[in-house]
Amino acid sequence: MTDKYERHDFDVIVIGAGGAGLRAAIEASAQGAKTAIICKSLLGKAHTVMAEGGIAAALAHIDLQDSWQVHFKDTMKGGQFLNHWRMAMLHAQEAPDRVRELEQWGAVFDRTPDGKILQRAFGGHTYKRLAHVGDRTGLELIRTLQDRGVHLGIDVFMECTVTSLLKDGDRVTGALAYWRENGRSVVFRAKAVVLATGGYGKCWKVTSNSWEYTGDGHALAYDAGAELIDMEFFQFHPTGMVWPPGVMGLLVTEAVRGDGGLLKNSAGERFMWKYLPEDKRKDFAETPEEAERWLKAILAGHQTTDRRPPELSTRDNVARAIYTEVKEGRGTPHGGAWLDISWQDPERVKKKLPSMYHQFKELADVDITKQPMEVGPTAHYAMGGMRVDPDTGATTVAGLYGAGECTGGMNGANRLGGNSLSDLIVFGRRAGAGAAEGAKKAGKPEVREEDVEAGVKRMRAPFEGKGESPYVVHQALQEIMGKYVGIFRNEADLQEGLKQLEALKPRIGNIHADGSMMYNPGWHLSRDLKNLIVTAEATCRAAILRQESRGAHSRTDHPKPDAKLGKVNMAVKKGADGMQVKPTPCPEMPEELKKLFEDKK
Amino acid sequence: MTGDAKFRVFRGDRAGGELKDYDVPVETGMVVLDAMHWIQAHAAPDMAVRWNCKAAKCGSCSAEVNGRPRLMCKTRLDDFKQGEPITVRPLKAFPVIKDLVTDVKSNFEMAKKIPAFTPRKGAEWNWRQEDIDRVQEFRKCIECFLCQDVCHVLREHGKHEEFAGPAFFVRVAALEMHPIDDLDRTKLLKDAFGLGFCNITKCCTEVCPEDIHITDNAIIPLKERVVDNHYDPVIRLWRWITGKKTV
Repeated sequence: MTDKYERHDFDVIVIGAGGAGLRAAIEASAQGAKTAIICKSLLGKAHTVMAEGGIAAALAHIDLQDSWQVHFKDTMKGGQFLNHWRMAMLHAQEAPDRVRELEQWGAVFDRTPDGKILQRAFGGHTYKRLAHVGDRTGLELIRTLQDRGVHLGIDVFMECTVTSLLKDGDRVTGALAYWRENGRSVVFRAKAVVLATGGYGKCWKVTSNSWEYTGDGHALAYDAGAELIDMEFFQFHPTGMVWPPGVMGLLVTEAVRGDGGLLKNSAGERFMWKYLPEDKRKDFAETPEEAERWLKAILAGHQTTDRRPPELSTRDNVARAIYTEVKEGRGTPHGGAWLDISWQDPERVKKKLPSMYHQFKELADVDITKQPMEVGPTAHYAMGGMRVDPDTGATTVAGLYGAGECTGGMNGANRLGGNSLSDLIVFGRRAGAGAAEGAKKAGKPEVREEDVEAGVKRMRAPFEGKGESPYVVHQALQEIMGKYVGIFRNEADLQEGLKQLEALKPRIGNIHADGSMMYNPGWHLSRDLKNLIVTAEATCRAAILRQESRGAHSRTDHPKPDAKLGKVNMAVKKGADGMQVKPTPCPEMPEELKKLFEDKK
Repeated sequence: MTGDAKFRVFRGDRAGGELKDYDVPVETGMVVLDAMHWIQAHAAPDMAVRWNCKAAKCGSCSAEVNGRPRLMCKTRLDDFKQGEPITVRPLKAFPVIKDLVTDVKSNFEMAKKIPAFTPRKGAEWNWRQEDIDRVQEFRKCIECFLCQDVCHVLREHGKHEEFAGPAFFVRVAALEMHPIDDLDRTKLLKDAFGLGFCNITKCCTEVCPEDIHITDNAIIPLKERVVDNHYDPVIRLWRWITGKKTV
């Protein structure tokens, strides 16, 4: 057969080059598998660079009483017990080793006075737990892994986008991709495929996510027959920039609150006390004085028995609080809340939060050492994704593995800050090892040429499309999701949202792309929209089924949690007549772990 | 600043191209990258622009705005005189692929040549913040390649084969000054990386969006190390007698 396409053979291909993808590739390669990374952007530009505050790991460098058990409990509580217990457990147990490993590979974390890795406080974490480098921890993580991967000789296909997974029978055996530079197709055959593509925040207009976050892994897995879980849970980070318009949604790190930032409404009221859930109130300072003593101890690097400020409630709760304050007329001039760190020593702020200082100074003309910031909720993180085996990252489809944000289970109904970077390296490593092991047992991978041809034809279809511009359709999708599938939801809105998403499908199918196959962002977006619509529909359908409020999913028509729904994960799967969603029981936690939660009471 | 801004954007590819005019409505606080997105959504959906974070953290959206290498996400429109056209071109030191996107692969090849972090055997993994402040400064590098673009050794003389460029001196400095790194990369700097070509004009420092003092804190100390290890007669004699790598 004459070869129309560029072709490559690998044992393991990893799709995505953020923290999870890089760590997976490093592990697969270290296990002896011939490994490649395929990524949409240049190496080192993945969304992980945006992570700011830190990596959660119970190193117990500041708070000596911290342990994996406490980290595990915090994670399960933060996720409202919908997390897969074994993922939360492995994560808490292995995160410290993974952080130390980063240091051995060249990462340079901030230090305690006695020379150990410094840890900072974050929402939902009982103890100061986040290893960090100022407010650019993600950059440190990605650069360290990038260097490691490069020196291991892993093949990297940069600016190369995967458009479908190829199968032989029930097994995933490769992927079809195109070079962004020239649009030419590339066929990969692989014994195992790892998806590490991140989230789908581009479903919303106000988001902290970049253009890359279009749910590629979610949709590729779904189309290949894999199961997605917890898709109704999407985290709105409480503090995104709200002004000026061009930067709306841009992330303001939780480290601002971890280091003493105060949240106030337009009346100057520190409103977070009002919004603490009754059962968690005892974990927080009772008075401003106690909160201040806690802060002073933090700034001095001491242990303290004082409790943390209410600003360090979990993200779901703080996002709802800010939203409610604004809705009830107590918002700032541009519709947010005040976040104030200006009461602190300016030099310390510049040293510990340098990116935030520059971001506000240069983009909003605000000097955060002198003035408060205006912040509001922004679409940030997907808790839901592929159902994976906690130990190996194997999805429900043979030959297909997953790690990082595009998987579900680790975070349940709400993720704690700092748990994503640790998730990436703990489960990136596990998925890489799982894929390498799976590749050893797999036969020679074959792909079906008719699938390749069909995939190439689908990819090029927008040039013949007679419909609208992809930018117009993308905006329509974001409007639907913002209006009907946002922070607060109800049955009528969700049903209307679903109806409008259905009506959007033919418009996506009919998109017209202008220009040539050379580096053409409009054409690329035409393809990305097909992934976004899958994630949007899954989020909406799962949200309809979950008739309760839990974690990041808030239903105004069902404001309380429902104990029965607290025992199920919504599972999304492609059926013969479209998307199917059904409740599936959460894995049962073993008795010895259950006891951890009883001991405290 | 409100009303329209006039943009002149390079449209073309390896074969050539020209500046095309676009009128873009201006919003408060708008940056050049916002304007490029507006053009994509309303006038030129196939216009190639590289970007990711839109927050000056990833270093993807490098371009030359009115002739100066900048991150488009950080370049405010109100920095320019109202009414005067704003010209946006791709980085000059790298081959253009299309419109504002250039081929920067040579940088990734260069990165491969730097020997990795090599911790000293038996070293204590414990160090003071003061000992790593300067390393952390270098590790802020977001690989935007603006310093490579502005450096005349690359930009005017095209010595991409013989000269690593400021970004990679910063990278080497981060390794060389790590408290427990055990390798000596000065021979590499002297020979393959052509450190001697740099005549300290500080252009790189001026364009660095992360405010890394590339020349003063990375390049000059590295030059001193090269001199100490390879040219200083006393040290050379001492090394010849003792057989030790460093003093």
